[in-house]
Amino acid sequence: MPRYRPSDTVDFLVIGSGAAGGVVAKELSTAGFSVVVLEQGAWLKEKDFSHNEFAVSYQHALTNNPKLQPNTFRASASETAKVEQRYTYGRTVGGGTVHFTANYWRFHPNDFRERSIFGDVPGSSFTDWPITYDELEPYYTKAEQDLGISGLAGANPFEGPRSKPYPLPPLPVKSSGVLFERAAKKLGLHPFPSPMAILSQPYRGRGACTHCGWCEYFGCEMRVKSSTLASVIPMAEKTGKCEIRPGCYVRRIQTNNAGRVTGAVYFDSQRREVLQRARAVFLCANGIESTKLLLLSASNRFPNGLANSSGMAGKNFMWDLGAFVSGLFDHPLNEYKSVQVSRVIHDYYAADPKRGFYGGAGIDARFNWYPISFGLDALPPDAPKWGADYKKLLGHYFNHTFSTLSHTTSLPVESNRVDLDPTTKDAWGLPVPRLTYQLHPDDRKTLLWAQQRQIEIMQAAGATKIWSYPIDDIGVSAHLMGTLRMGNDPARSVVNRFNRAHDVPNLFIVDGSSLVTSARQQPTATIQALAYRAAEAAAARATKGEM
Amino acid sequence: MTRRSLLLSPLSAATIHDIAAAQQNRTPLRYLTPAAASELEALTTQIIPSDTTPGAKEAGCIHFIDRALETFDRDKRQLYTEGLAAAQAKRAELFPQSTSLAALAPAQTIALLKAVESTDFFQLLRAHTIMGFLASPDWGGNQLLTGWAHVGLEHRMSFQPPFGFYDKEAR
Repeated sequence: MPRYRPSDTVDFLVIGSGAAGGVVAKELSTAGFSVVVLEQGAWLKEKDFSHNEFAVSYQHALTNNPKLQPNTFRASASETAKVEQRYTYGRTVGGGTVHFTANYWRFHPNDFRERSIFGDVPGSSFTDWPITYDELEPYYTKAEQDLGISGLAGANPFEGPRSKPYPLPPLPVKSSGVLFERAAKKLGLHPFPSPMAILSQPYRGRGACTHCGWCEYFGCEMRVKSSTLASVIPMAEKTGKCEIRPGCYVRRIQTNNAGRVTGAVYFDSQRREVLQRARAVFLCANGIESTKLLLLSASNRFPNGLANSSGMAGKNFMWDLGAFVSGLFDHPLNEYKSVQVSRVIHDYYAADPKRGFYGGAGIDARFNWYPISFGLDALPPDAPKWGADYKKLLGHYFNHTFSTLSHTTSLPVESNRVDLDPTTKDAWGLPVPRLTYQLHPDDRKTLLWAQQRQIEIMQAAGATKIWSYPIDDIGVSAHLMGTLRMGNDPARSVVNRFNRAHDVPNLFIVDGSSLVTSARQQPTATIQALAYRAAEAAAARATKGEM
Repeated sequence: MTRRSLLLSPLSAATIHDIAAAQQNRTPLRYLTPAAASELEALTTQIIPSDTTPGAKEAGCIHFIDRALETFDRDKRQLYTEGLAAAQAKRAELFPQSTSLAALAPAQTIALLKAVESTDFFQLLRAHTIMGFLASPDWGGNQLLTGWAHVGLEHRMSFQPPFGFYDKEAR
């Protein structure tokens, strides 16, 4: 791996090494450009990962630590925001793809033009994307082939056309998948094997999944989860053109008098400030961190924050919404084994005006509980919380339960936003993100409606007991979308149709922030398709000398 | 081995078993006094009791709590100190003849816990006990993998389908 000096002006500086940053680093370095990737977190390898639930879920071993990097939260602009953790992101090389569940859904063609199909939704800024599914399709395919995705092409009758099948067959069905599939078919629905970024067979030098079961929240010791850490980042390293630099927390993107970016200033691991120079910058830090960084990069030329002449930066923040319903079954499911999800339905994906509200859901069968989280939170609300009866239920339910999770729409609403908290600072002295968010009434109706569909499925599956969780508890968001929206109108959006900032010709932004709508959550495939497409566009401009 | 490198080390099935076995009865207390540990353990023992199968006591949940108060939950020490004192006061009120929490009969401890169930101290003690029962054993609890055995989790790096009853039946 090359080591560039900060004073070297590299071709591209990539901020963030996750879903998008890892892809961009690989694409640009294989195209021959010099690249430095700055990552806040450590560069962990397979040997560093473990089945240590307490470390990952309660001590933040792979994610942002809210004690060091807090955020504030409030429901509306009239309130004073309080410190409470409301977002999480992967803070290691590979970002969120290291610990994600690895669901890998393409958005549907109609997601990109849903406003035209459905019509206006009052109280939202619901709009069409500036690109179509057909424009993005080649990049979905490229992502699936490059990263290694398991799935069954054609099994989802609601999916858009695809130019190639998945490179790997689906992973084996679990007991939850069998029960879910039987129930869904009984209800006339169309269950299909979940597309997963986990290798069902050996692929490009990596082995097949051994079904240990510790995927969501964990890094994969077997290198079979297709994180950017395991897949494309090694390809970037091999070019000899790309330096991955961990432990670098960027505090400002640097600009010159001509209004172009010239690099970025970061805190190194000793908290010294370092300026890395570059001809162009890719900002891939996630929907909240990227927004924070633009706002922290305000200057005389960009008084509202970098790339924010529209004032749109941070607005239309879309939350990671969904409802949980759990069911108890007579025989052992042993759901702790193997990947979290094996069957999905998209029958309820499309919005239908006849329901009286906007919204839709993809629903999967899953078990994303581990022993501690199950013991603390998963038993039915009427179950005892401690004592002999608690112990008995804990022992029985763990292997006789599965859950369904709906992945529901989160409407873009301008007042749902991310900005800088006026008073609270993080451990480096930087202002922390302030989140202002409340459910749009239609999002709430969608959650309640999806929860009812999930209960029907659990009933059809033969659950002997069914329980759910309050939908108004929206918890901590892991999908951070919409804050730096893509659009053709520079007055209403932050990046153009190729993820280039309207205001800054050599700044590209690609992560969850550019998503115009939330589709039905599961944004990783789309973020990565956009990253492949943006990297291609940036490389073409750089080759023509336009950087 | 530093704390951090231990945390980040790969816990293979073999090392997890080794840790769990090595801890049994040989873990020194780091923060709690033996007297406080004994009193707290009396409470954890009714949160996850030992009946036909091992409970919090056999899993060594008290060692998870001790580890927590020494490291990541140092800021919870006062809550524990005050909570334990309040529990002892409640004991004296409910059972004036008694001398310690550890000396209470199980039914008395259960009655006492019901009386303090809504306190922050009890909520934290419950969470710590469950965590200690079910966390991987290098956090001090789950000794001999007691907690994982209770929920039926077999810790292995590799399984082959079928995984459960219904996917076996569907073959």
